[in-house]
Order: sequence, then C-alpha cells, then structure tokens
Amino acid sequence: MEDLALLLARWQFGIVTVYHWLFVPITLGITWMVAIMETSWVRTKNPVYLRMAKFWGKLMLINFAIGVVTGIVQEFQFGMNWSTYSRFVGDIFGAPLAIEALLAFFIESTFLGLWIFGWKKLSPKVHVFTIWMVAFGTMASAFWILLAGSWMQYPVGYVLNPVTGRAEMANFLEIVTSKVLWAHFPHTIFVGFATAGALILGVSAWHLMRHQHMEIMRKSAAFASVALLVGSLGVALTGHWMGQVMVEVQPMKMAAAEALWDDEQPASFSLFAVGDKENNRNAINIAIPRGLSLLACNNLDCEVKGINTLQAEMVEKHGPGDYIPNLFVTYWGFRIMVGAGSLMVLLGAIGVWFHLRGKLGEHWWFLKLALWVGIAAAFIGNATGWIFTEMGRQPWVVYEVLLTEGSNSPTVPAGWVWISLVGYSVLYGLLAIPAVYLFVKFAKAGPGEENDNEDVAASMVY
Amino acid sequence: MDQGIMNLETLWFVLIAVLWIGFFFLEGFDFGVGILLPFIGKDDTDRRVMINTIGPTWDGNEVWLLTAGGAMFAAFPEWYATMFSGFYLALFLVLIALIVRGVAFEYRSKHPTSEWRTMWDGAIFFGSAVPALLFGVAFGNLVRGLEIDAAGEYVGGFWALLNPYSLLVGVTSLALFTLHGALFLSMKAEGDVRDRASAATKPLSIAATGVMAIAMIWSYIQAESGVIPGLLPIAAVALLGVVIWLVRSQMFGWAFVFTGLTIVTVVAAIFIGMYPNVMTSTIDPSYSLTVFNASSTTMTLRIMTVVALIFVPIVLGYQTWSYWVFRKRVGREDVPASTH
Repeated sequence: MEDLALLLARWQFGIVTVYHWLFVPITLGITWMVAIMETSWVRTKNPVYLRMAKFWGKLMLINFAIGVVTGIVQEFQFGMNWSTYSRFVGDIFGAPLAIEALLAFFIESTFLGLWIFGWKKLSPKVHVFTIWMVAFGTMASAFWILLAGSWMQYPVGYVLNPVTGRAEMANFLEIVTSKVLWAHFPHTIFVGFATAGALILGVSAWHLMRHQHMEIMRKSAAFASVALLVGSLGVALTGHWMGQVMVEVQPMKMAAAEALWDDEQPASFSLFAVGDKENNRNAINIAIPRGLSLLACNNLDCEVKGINTLQAEMVEKHGPGDYIPNLFVTYWGFRIMVGAGSLMVLLGAIGVWFHLRGKLGEHWWFLKLALWVGIAAAFIGNATGWIFTEMGRQPWVVYEVLLTEGSNSPTVPAGWVWISLVGYSVLYGLLAIPAVYLFVKFAKAGPGEENDNEDVAASMVY
Repeated sequence: MDQGIMNLETLWFVLIAVLWIGFFFLEGFDFGVGILLPFIGKDDTDRRVMINTIGPTWDGNEVWLLTAGGAMFAAFPEWYATMFSGFYLALFLVLIALIVRGVAFEYRSKHPTSEWRTMWDGAIFFGSAVPALLFGVAFGNLVRGLEIDAAGEYVGGFWALLNPYSLLVGVTSLALFTLHGALFLSMKAEGDVRDRASAATKPLSIAATGVMAIAMIWSYIQAESGVIPGLLPIAAVALLGVVIWLVRSQMFGWAFVFTGLTIVTVVAAIFIGMYPNVMTSTIDPSYSLTVFNASSTTMTLRIMTVVALIFVPIVLGYQTWSYWVFRKRVGREDVPASTH
C-alpha cells in the first residue's frame, strides 16, 4: 500500500500546487500594475487613474484571497506528506521557507490590510507606498520560494552528511547565486507581468467591445498590452536561457521535452512526435533540422544527448532504475507552454501596434482574441510550464540526490492521504465558483465614479 | 547530555516559542471575534463591524503561524517532519478551516444577498472555532508526550491524539481565545457590538478560568509521563483569575492585557516544560526528539539568526504601525451603506 500513498501524495502536491499557481502569477503582475496606476493618480491627480487603480485593485483582491489561503497549505504539506524529504533537506530547504514568511508574507499581509482599509486614514503618498510594498513583498516571496525550488532542480552548496544521512548546507552563497535560480526567478516575474497583462487586456476588451468606460478601458488596454508584450518577450528570452541551463544541468529533462531518443549532431527540433516507449524510439516524428542544436547551444551543429544515452549514464551513476520522466507530459507540456507563450507575444505585439496607431479598441477580432484566447493562453501556459518543469525532474525530487519514491511520510497511510486529497480537491473546486463569480461580476460592473480617496474608502472595506 | 542553554539550538527553540506566542496572542483574538460572530452580531451591519475590527490585521496575525511553521522546518526539520506528519488529519482540518476563513473575510461583503453572507459567516465561525480548539489539542499532546518510536516517527495514529487531557486543553484554548476576542471587541467596537461583547466577558472569563484550572491540575497529576510543569501554569490561571475581577470592574483594556499575559504564560510554560525535548516519547524517553537531535546544522541556524535579528524588529515595527493606524473604534457608521 506504500506505493498508493506515494501516488496519492504526488497527485495531491500536483493539484494543490498547480491550483495555487493559477492565482499567484496574476498577483505577481497585477500588484505592480495597480501600484503604477495609483502612483499616476498621486502624481497627476487625474481621477481616471484613481478609478483604474480601484477597479483593477478590486479584481486584484478577489484573486489575492485565493492565492493567500492556498499558500498556507504549501507551508505545511512538506511535513505532512513528505516527512522523509523534509528530514533529508530541511537544513537547506527550510530556511528559504522561513525567510519567505518573515520577509515576504508579513509585508504582503500587513501592507495589503493597510491598502484596503487605509484609503481615508493614510495620506495618498503613504497609501500608494503600501501597494508598492505589497508588490515588493510578492516579488520577495517569489524569490525565496524559487530559491528553494531551484535547489531541488539543481542542488548546489550542500554536502551529504553520512552520519546524519541528510543534505546539509555548505555554502549559502552558492545556493543564492545558483544559475537555475537566476533563470527561474526572472522567468517567473515576467510570467507575472504577462499574465496580469493578458487578464487586464481581456477584461478591457470586453468593455471596449460594448463601447463603455472607453477612456479607462483604452488606457488600461494600452498599459496591459505593453505589460503583455514586455512580459511575454521576457518570458521567452529567460525561457530560452533556462532551456540552455537545463541542457547542461538536467539534460534528461530537455531530451524528454524533445522526445530525443538518440544522440543527434546536429539535433533537430521536434514539432510533433508519437512515442514508442517499448522500443525506446518515436513512431512518428516531424522535426525542424538543426532546430534543437540552435536552441540548446546557439549554433547549428552541436551534439545533443538522447534519452537512451542519458538513461545508460544514470544507471552507471546511480544503479539500476528507470530515470526517464513521463515523456508524454514533458513533451506536450513543453510544447503547449511554448505555444501559449508565443501566442501571448503575438497578442501583446498587436495590442501595442494598435495602440501606437490609436486604433486599440476598433478591431473586434483583436478584442475577441484578447478576451477569449489571451487569458486562456496565460493560464494554460502557466500550468503546463509548471507541470513540465516539475515532472521533467522526475523520478528525482532533488535532482540526482533524492528519489521521489520513498520521500513521502512513512507513518501516513494511504487512507489519510485519500482524505486530504479529496478534501483539498473538493474545497478548491468549490472555492473556484465564488472566486470566478465575483471576478466576473466586478469585471462586468466596470469602474465606479470615484473622484477622491474618500469615495474609494467606502467601497473597499469588507 | 548537558549542553547548557547558551547555544543556537536553544535560541531557536526560544524564537519558535516567541512565534507561537505571537500567533496565539494576535490570532487568538481574531479567532475569538470569528467565534463570537453569530452570537454578538445580530444583524449584517453588526457582523461587518465585528469583521472590520480585525479586517486590516487578521492576515498579518496569521503569518505568525506560517513563520512558526517555516522556522520549525528550518531550525528543527525532525520536529517539523514528525509533528506535521503525525498530526496529519488534525492539521488538515486546521488548514481547511484557515482556508475557508480567509476567503470568507474577503468575499462575504462583496455580494449583497443574505444566503451568500450567511454562508460565509458560517465559514468564519467554523474557520475560527476549529483551529482555536485543535491548536489546544495539539499542544496538549505535546505536553502529554506522544508515541515516538526509535526512528523518531509518531506511530500512535489519529485517535490517540483525541485523549481526554488534550481535548480539555483544546477546550481551554477555545474558551481563552473566545474571551480574548470578546475583550478585543470591547476595546475596538462601538455601540451594541461593544456592549454585547463586554457583557459576554463576564461568563466567558469565569468559564475560561474554570476549564484552565482543571487542565492545570490535570497537568500536575500526569506530570511524570510528560513534561514537568513548574509553577508557570499556576501563574497563568492566577492571571486569568484577575480577568474575572477586571471585567467586573469594567476595565476591559486591562483585562485584554491580562488574557494576553495568560496566553504568553501558558505557551511559555509549555515550551519551558518541554525543554530540551521538542516531542517527548512515551515509549522510551531516549526516543524523544530534542532541540539537539532534531536541529539543523550550526551554519543554517547562524544564517537564520542573522536574518531574524535584522528582520524581526522591522516586522514588529510595521505591524505595530498598522495597529496604530487602525487604532480607532469601529462602529456601524463606518460600514458603507452600499452593497459592494
């Protein structure tokens, strides 16, 4: 039954983390955008910016609530479901989690409370400072949790202590300066801008199609298009960089992402493949010649190692076992992520182009795309990107150091995991209903007619 | 083995105790407000007044819990792993409660129908009462000792956690936080809510002192198996007894200070009593997890110490500032007439 408990614990981690990650990227970007809008109001005293800040701020809060509460589970589930893992890595992995709470969660929660309830009690300058602190707090939170996550992808700065049988910190600086962290972190921050940009653009498009709140929605759509373009271009660039780092530190993940069974020189980039795992090859593969060499090492001829070679190397290093991640998930997860990201670059570019020509809001097809495709692409890209990076590391939980199998809690029977798995899934599913309902309701209602902070204060408190 | 008390392990044990104290002191009263919501809030406006007394600060209060959990993971991974996997189902219930409670605060007033608001008010009550009870049960079990095996794993199962002593400690924490919340409302609310909360503090202070006195006596009786309680539990009950007199004299501010001191004293008593153990084994004392055998390396503890020394004062500074900004009482006129 131990295997069942492990399987359920993995599903649980996947479900609660991906769900959490639907809301967090919005928070990462939208806090900055609301901060910029409110700053514009403080500087220009133009009430349009105040109305924008309040309108998008309310949507921010509806999203923030779910992001915060689903984050609580993240802090405790390592101990609950993964006690063997926690004992093994706690010396390294626990510190960033504690630092995240101390540096980031306190800032986010305290200053968000001040922002919501402080419209009348704080001067406009101090008030806008509170939302900047929230924005800074969300970034700090992303940094520390990605530091922990990047260490699992690329463990550095540690020693294995044979006496205690665990990984122990040897060099904190090496962990903080890990190249995987410094690819993951900007990638994630750009994801936040792109996601919030896509969301704000989509909602603005809905109003522009109905010719309502034109001034605010045009301004918002223009701002969001820029965020979407800059964000998604940043995502693409840092993603490319991350891919090159991964070819070096986790070649298996990248070979799996390409369904590249055998070493190739030059390596081609696969567009569509159907795997044949029995025979360790692809039944069908449509590929761009030399494409992968170009992506992996910026030239047209380098050699990229295939799954079969890497599997053999792993067996030699770590003993017999199957070291190949789930190919279907990694291959398609990678493609869907890249596809969604490319779509977002395109939408952002069109939006900026229309804005520069003063025609943002005139092209219905674009507004429809922004509403129905842009927002969906952001969510799909975020979910598949996360699943790809985590599943691509399997069967390891800490890459080449600790296997996922056997890292779960030995004293937690499958029955308990069933209860919590079903409990979280049902609750998260149910919570999505009021969250989406309120988001749509407030998004459709549009901005109010507030002219000063007193007006806003009345509509912000609970 | 005697390692003295001037070491990083002990420092982090103390810091974690301080984080739990901060959590129970602060979130204690906002749990209390949530528990009292259906009883003191007679209509929607009343309930909004109550929620808005804690509206700006409850989330910051809750971060004390997340920091305590994170600090246990960082400083004592063995403790974190054994306790959280051992208390699995109880902790799951606490997390469910905290999730619905947090969402309820943010969502309940964003839609005007009474069905909607009744649903979220129920979530706030449930989400406040369940953790207020279960955190007491958890700490009752820490005091009592647990079936920790030679591998440092808790092997007692779920039902063993629901023993009479620990349940009594749970009822004590529930009563204490409810009283703490009623006193908070006496200080922070205006009008009917304040009057009803003040009136509730009389029976609540007697009930809380009563159950706590029983729990204290029980602690001394079973002391040999678990931790040695010392004199602090008596001091805690005495402090709570003073609250009975203070509320009769209408000194609610002082009464709040004293329930706060009671919370500080109880948690301190538990941690001092446990030391150097963090989880006492009832199977064999040598299996107990201690601050020394459950801790991280000196390097990790040093890094954490530097971070804590710099940032804890900053956090305390801005959290205090936020309480200062919202120092004014909340009344019915502060609740906007509009529906959203």
